[in-house]
Amino acid sequence: MDKRLRLALQAAGIVVAIGVIAIVPSVIELFGLMQLTLFAAMSVLALSLAFIWGYGGILSFGQTAFFGLGGYAYAIAAVNFQDSTPAILLAIVVPALFAAILGYFIFFGRISDVYLGVITLTVTLILFNSVNSTSGDAYKIGKALLGGFNGMPAVPTFNMPFDPSTVLSPEQSWWTTAYVLLAVFLLLRLLLALPAGRVIVAVRENEVRASLLGYDPRLVKCLTFILGGAIAGLAGALYVNWGAFVSPTIFSLSLSAEIIIWITVGGLGTLLGPIIGCVVIEYIVAYIGSQQLLNSNLVLGGVLVVFVLLLPKGIVPTARDLVMRLIPQNKPKTNGPPVQSAAAPHPAGAE
Amino acid sequence: MAIYVILALDVLNGISSLFLLCLGLAIIFGMMKIINLAHGEFIMLGAYATVISANAGVNIWIAMLIIAPVFVGLVGLVIERCLIRFLYGRLVDSMLATWGLSLLIIGIITTIYGNTQQGVPTPLGGFSIGSYQSSYYTLFLALMAVVMMAVIYGVMRYTRFGLVARATMQNPAMAATLGVNPARVYMSTFALGAAVTGLAGGLLAPVSGITPVMGGAYVAKAFMTVVGGGAAILSGTLSAASLFGSVNQIGAYFTTPVYGEVIVFTTAIVLIRLLPQGISGRFFKGNL
Repeated sequence: MDKRLRLALQAAGIVVAIGVIAIVPSVIELFGLMQLTLFAAMSVLALSLAFIWGYGGILSFGQTAFFGLGGYAYAIAAVNFQDSTPAILLAIVVPALFAAILGYFIFFGRISDVYLGVITLTVTLILFNSVNSTSGDAYKIGKALLGGFNGMPAVPTFNMPFDPSTVLSPEQSWWTTAYVLLAVFLLLRLLLALPAGRVIVAVRENEVRASLLGYDPRLVKCLTFILGGAIAGLAGALYVNWGAFVSPTIFSLSLSAEIIIWITVGGLGTLLGPIIGCVVIEYIVAYIGSQQLLNSNLVLGGVLVVFVLLLPKGIVPTARDLVMRLIPQNKPKTNGPPVQSAAAPHPAGAE
Repeated sequence: MAIYVILALDVLNGISSLFLLCLGLAIIFGMMKIINLAHGEFIMLGAYATVISANAGVNIWIAMLIIAPVFVGLVGLVIERCLIRFLYGRLVDSMLATWGLSLLIIGIITTIYGNTQQGVPTPLGGFSIGSYQSSYYTLFLALMAVVMMAVIYGVMRYTRFGLVARATMQNPAMAATLGVNPARVYMSTFALGAAVTGLAGGLLAPVSGITPVMGGAYVAKAFMTVVGGGAAILSGTLSAASLFGSVNQIGAYFTTPVYGEVIVFTTAIVLIRLLPQGISGRFFKGNL
């Protein structure tokens, strides 16, 4: 496949995605649409970790910290302003600031792999414990009661920008969420094609070499982490918009684990894989929840173990390798690797 | 006055239970650099083994001190053979696989015993200091922590198994040249770590609510203590457990138990930031 053909394919893919998102509400009934909206919001969360782990080499065990902060920031601001426009902005800015502080602390202290995992995990636990103990009238931010373990019910959902009287319908919510997902995907894709993205991958591959070339790995990793935090915060706002509800379980460890499972199943070092992994796994979890036969932990755990042992690359890279093998390569050496696989062959751990 | 004695006992209790909880993880991490995220579920299995056999009429001490470690040790052996042995040297993959394993074990136990809380009565009685009550079991836990420390130190320092194990961890290739089979050493070390963890689960069974998801409450604390302690199994774990255990109890005494946890987590983050190699990486280099 030469470069122009690939570009044309990618453009066609985007057009198809836009079209499919537009017509989905007219084919699917409301329940299915709500479920798809949830999957799209979760996929944005999956993209945030896919980016910092797959391309930045930062395995965060606490991506839900930013997701939850975004959700709470949105809920508190939406209750206070009764308008979702500034609330969505805050849901991006607050987690990004938090990620900046935490990232400065971690990366400028040259903390890596296991230690990074412990810190992100404990930060999530701190947030979970603190928010959990905020029940009672004393914990109030403006007009918003935090509500402790019970969470905040009846959070205003998205409205038209700067027009609080027009609340989005479920169809419009779906369009917003799905197009945000598409936009985040394209933005990350674009970023990774730019020199800045190359630097991020270079730092993941070899920090010493990158710093000898004049880049500051600490700063690069910190910025990657902040962008990941901002995207996760946005996902939190989308999630709260979906359910009109937020509770401390948004910070839970099991959700953090699920994000990692989505990425492992879908394929580390890709952006499409985690979205597919997220939708497949969430669909399975929802299906198991609707019947009594199997326990969802049992299935999730089994899936994760099987993938780590037998299919460590995940679905998308494996499928791509298969397709590449089936297509006869005329000039295998001169074309250069496809854009995505430049990162794929090295499952990027945090080592 | 009596309140300070009780606070001191609470601190002692916090330190000894944290030490017992972490020892198995420290053995597995310190020796093999495998982060076992199913650690909390090993504790849960130990507790279940104790409760089930005690409720079936077995003497509680036998259930706690023999059945729990033997059962979890065997489970650890099977898991090492089927899963962990493919993952040595792949730190991140081992974390992912053991995380999956922890979900799998929770799922299995929930399917068999249901999502209800089980329990056994606390053996040994209580005593009073002034107007406060405490139980002898607290003292027993502290005693067991000391005994376990002595046993692990003795095994690692003075037996042939300990020597071979330490040599293999330092240089597997050299150990293999000298006729040791590293795979077997890894296998038995993992099983030993699992058995110690099972014993901790058994010992804590009478003082904790036993549910299939109880492990989640321990794994983060254990993980943080072991990493905060650093590579030295005993001195690292003991120093980190002492620090975190006392911070937790004293913080909980002056604020609320929830903020006690928050304070201990914050302490852990600051500690790891200041001493990225753990306490033992800085102060007890080369100790066991």
